[in-house]
Formats: sequence, C-alpha cells, structure tokens
Amino acid sequence: MKFIDEYRDPEIVVGLLKQITSASVRIARPVTIMEICGSHTYAIGRFGIRKLLPDNIHLISGPGCPVCVTSARDVDLALYLASLPNVIFATFGDMLRVPGTGGNSLQKKRAEGCDVRVVSSADECIGVALSHPQKEIVMMGVGFETTAPTIAAVINSCRKKDIRNFSVFSVHKIVPPAISALLADPLLNIDGFLCPGHVSTMIGAAAYQMIPDARRAAVITGFEPVDILEGVLMLLQQIENKNMSVAIQYSRGVRPEGNTRAMTLLQSVFETADAQWRGLGTIPESGLALRDEFAAYDTLKKFSLPDIHTGDIPGCGCGDILRGIKLPHDCPLFRKVCTPANPVGPCMVSSEGTCSTYYKYD
Amino acid sequence: MCIGFPGKIISIDNDNYAIIDISGTRREVCLDIIDEEASIGDYVITHAGYAIHKIDTITAQDKLKCLQEIIDNEIY
Ligand code: SF4
Repeated sequence: MKFIDEYRDPEIVVGLLKQITSASVRIARPVTIMEICGSHTYAIGRFGIRKLLPDNIHLISGPGCPVCVTSARDVDLALYLASLPNVIFATFGDMLRVPGTGGNSLQKKRAEGCDVRVVSSADECIGVALSHPQKEIVMMGVGFETTAPTIAAVINSCRKKDIRNFSVFSVHKIVPPAISALLADPLLNIDGFLCPGHVSTMIGAAAYQMIPDARRAAVITGFEPVDILEGVLMLLQQIENKNMSVAIQYSRGVRPEGNTRAMTLLQSVFETADAQWRGLGTIPESGLALRDEFAAYDTLKKFSLPDIHTGDIPGCGCGDILRGIKLPHDCPLFRKVCTPANPVGPCMVSSEGTCSTYYKYD
Repeated sequence: MCIGFPGKIISIDNDNYAIIDISGTRREVCLDIIDEEASIGDYVITHAGYAIHKIDTITAQDKLKCLQEIIDNEIY
C-alpha cells in the first residue's frame, strides 16, 4: 500500500517516541498541543497516540470537524430546505444524523419521505440535476478549504453547462480565522498546533503565520502514526529552541504555496463573510458566501427562508469541547445518555467528532 | 471530513476524469483542481471526488529514508 503502510512502520514509531520522550524531559514542563483537524482527532484516537506520549505532553482537540462546528441555525435551515416539496437535498453523509432544534435530523426527514440524497462528491449533483429537470437540487456545502474548491468546481461546471436547477447552501468555513479566535481566547493556553494536512494542501503554509507571531509552534502534519508523532516531535523542537515557525511535516501532501489553482477557483466563486461557529460564536470573515455573479447558484438567494427559532441542544457541551476547554468526560451525558448509536450532540454524531473518538478509543 | 486518500492513476479520459487505485479499490476522480498536471502512473491525493495534489514520490521516499537513518543511528 503505497503512502500508507510505510507511515505505520512500528520501528519508526518507536524511534520517534524515544525522541519525543527525550525532548519532553528536556522541556520539563507541561506542554499543550491542539490538533485542529477532525481527521487528526480521529487518527490520534484510532492509533492510541494520546496514551503513547509522555505524561507532560497533552493533546487536545479543536474546532476541526466541519459538521460539528455547523451552527444550530444552519442545521435548522438545512432541515427546512430538505422538507420543501420540490427540492432534492444533497449532502455529504456526515451531515445526515446531526440533530437540529427539537432533535430532528436529515435522516429523520428522509424517513418521513423527503428526498435527501447522500453524495460522496458534489460532482454527482450535476447528473441528478440533469435527470430531474423539474426539481431543484440543493447541495449543502459544508467543509473547510479542502472541500470548498470542489463545490466551486461544480458551480462552475453548472454555469458552463447552463444547468439552472442547482444551488449550494454554503455553510463553508475557513480555518485561519478560527485559529486567530483560539489564540485570543484567555481560557486557552496552547503551546503549539498540529495544523491540518489537507486544508494546508490547499492554503499552504503562510496562512498560519499568526501562530508563530503569537509565539506558538505550528507544524502542518499528515494523518498516519509516523506523521502525527513526527509532527509532535517537530512542535517540541520549536518549543524547546524557542524558534517558532510554520513547519511542514506532511511534505508529500503539501507544497509551501498550497494549491494555487484550487484557491484561485475558490476565490472566483466564493468571498469571505462572517460566519457562526458552534462553540466559537460569530467569527468575522470566517465563512464562504457565493459571490454576486453566482447568485443564481446561491440557495440563500434563490429561496425565501423563514425566520427560524433555533435552540441549543439541552445539556450538550459540544461548544466548550470544540473550543478545547472541556473534554468529553466533563459532559454529564457522555456515555450515559449520549452514545454513537444515540447521539445527543454533533460531536458524537460525526466519526471525526471529539466525543465520538473518545467514546470509541479512550 | 477533510480526509484524503493517496492513489495511483490507472487511466484518464477525455473529460479530465481519472480512474485511480486506492489500495486495491478503484475510484473515479476529477482532475480539474489538481495542483500540477498528473499522468498515468502518478500518485495523487484525492478528496471528495477530486484529485487535489500530485505526490512528489522522490521527496516522500527521501523523508522515510531520513527517519530510518535517525533510528538506525539512534540519534535521540
Ligand atoms: S457527549 Fe454528547 S451531549 Fe455531551 S458534549 Fe458530547 S455530543 Fe454533546
């Protein structure tokens, strides 16, 4: 298995752990490292990495699961759109079971007879739109900079092919403004960040400059055990030597300048806008809205939406967990009431959610 | 959700879609937003139906070699 098995080599893992242990002894104080990407949270849980690390090295999870950070209002709007009679509502599978106000979900809507379809690529919407000319196809655009260019590509294709019965409900978010919000949070004291691998494939390294500017360490890291341990080691080296920078561990997946072709496409279709994050509140310029030239593909402009009264999920602590100030075990519902089979909040629904990975692996 | 898989390009059609082999599973991906032109035999990282990055195989192998050397020489 090229580019997978080699990065799970036990000998290299053991070697890296020895280096991490030596560095942690030299640093001789507690070090807190946040992983921002949900795929990191999942991999760290799955490979048991938290338990392998020395006692003074703490890994905490951040707001890196796009499904988890989708605001309650956006979930409720999705549920409203999915229930419109003429709509085929397309979504990535992760969104299906996320509960809205009152416990409804897209999965429940589908069971009630709404036409909700799970796609693995937004590209599939083109075929659906062509074969259902009488219907309106609404794609829920959820995800960070990794995913948003794929949605931009589909919008572009629809415009070229003059497909008019397709629009995107964009709840896309971008990562750097969320990191800035975390750096400004007085309740958080993070020494370094494992920066997301595939977001960085797109945005490159310079986008994280505010991390070393705030005298914190930053390493763009891949998703296999060797990647994550080397990422941790590189963070510890920056912290020990007090020379903070944005380093790239995941060099097979990330060029320093990112994917300029995809980012140019993204910026031609979307512009930044204020966005609401579950747990972090409204962060300026952290969302992606369709530009005016693409209004015909903007669900928010195509449909008139009602005032929706949104409520938080009672008892769910996802907000604090997404900010890294609480752990799943701090939530009284964790394991007792809230389980992957019967999730109360989004952090338990998504396989990349912090509560779900702690439930399965910790 | 930003999960990506490395795979090898098996074929490319006229519409710029490629069949790639990801550890024995074949998938179709679009090449419209990849960062660098890719051809048959190249390894790419794919995400949500699109190839997003061409892997520089030489850099990747050098890195593994370098890690292995540190371990062989016990430079801890
Ligand atoms: S355990 Fe469930 S209810 Fe508690 S914070 Fe996590 S998702 Fe929310």
